Amino acid sequence: MTVRELVQNLNFRVFCGEANMEKEISGGYTSDLLSDVMGHAEAGNVWITLQTHKNVAAIASLKDLAAIILVKDFMPDDDMLAKAQEDDIPVLGTGEQTFDVSGKVFNSLRVI
Amino acid sequence: MRLNFNIEGGDFTKAGSASSQVKKTLKQINVSPTIIKRVVVALYEAEVNIVAHAFRGNISVDIEPEQVHVQLTDEGPGIPDIDRAMQKGFSTASPKVREMGFGAGMGLSNIRDNVDTFKITSEVNKGTTLDMTVLISDNQ
Repeated sequence: MTVRELVQNLNFRVFCGEANMEKEISGGYTSDLLSDVMGHAEAGNVWITLQTHKNVAAIASLKDLAAIILVKDFMPDDDMLAKAQEDDIPVLGTGEQTFDVSGKVFNSLRVI
Repeated sequence: MRLNFNIEGGDFTKAGSASSQVKKTLKQINVSPTIIKRVVVALYEAEVNIVAHAFRGNISVDIEPEQVHVQLTDEGPGIPDIDRAMQKGFSTASPKVREMGFGAGMGLSNIRDNVDTFKITSEVNKGTTLDMTVLISDNQ
């Protein structure tokens, strides 16, 4: 499933990265600890988190993640958005909480 | 080829920029993605350690055909008990750093898990030096 298909399926808000949503998603990783993501997320994963600062975009870029999904209506900080735009990382958002979002993303990816 | 970076303690807006530059360079010279991933994880964690704990530091990256060697030296508080610092979950990070999702005590073990050689020396109230190598040929 591509990032664009996931966005359509789950009605995510797109903060940036509209042009780079054809990436195939390899799986997901849910964590708010940056070293956990750095050490264990895989390339092509979507990252579900409530962290909204610039280092989140930097890690997504370094790890070649497919997209960042912010939960509970959290908004990306301006410098996070700028960094994500610069590195072509889609930043998505939803009003739902982490457990629910993770479950829905998991199920969406499992169907394919 | 040698790349050098100066790191300012406390400046999280630039954390990861050295790692990003090294990643780009390794890609350009066609180092395998597996090796790049390992170098990037180890270097990023070490870079963030300088930002989170030290006053300033320097990163020197030597890219050779058979290995990538990285040396990070910092001026800072040093590490009184390295064995303890190596334990997963042990951290001396400030509450502000933890709020950002750093400081979970996973950094040094992430580094060790991704490199082939790892050596850390430290002097309290002076600074810390980390030497690490990722072999290229053995892991292709």
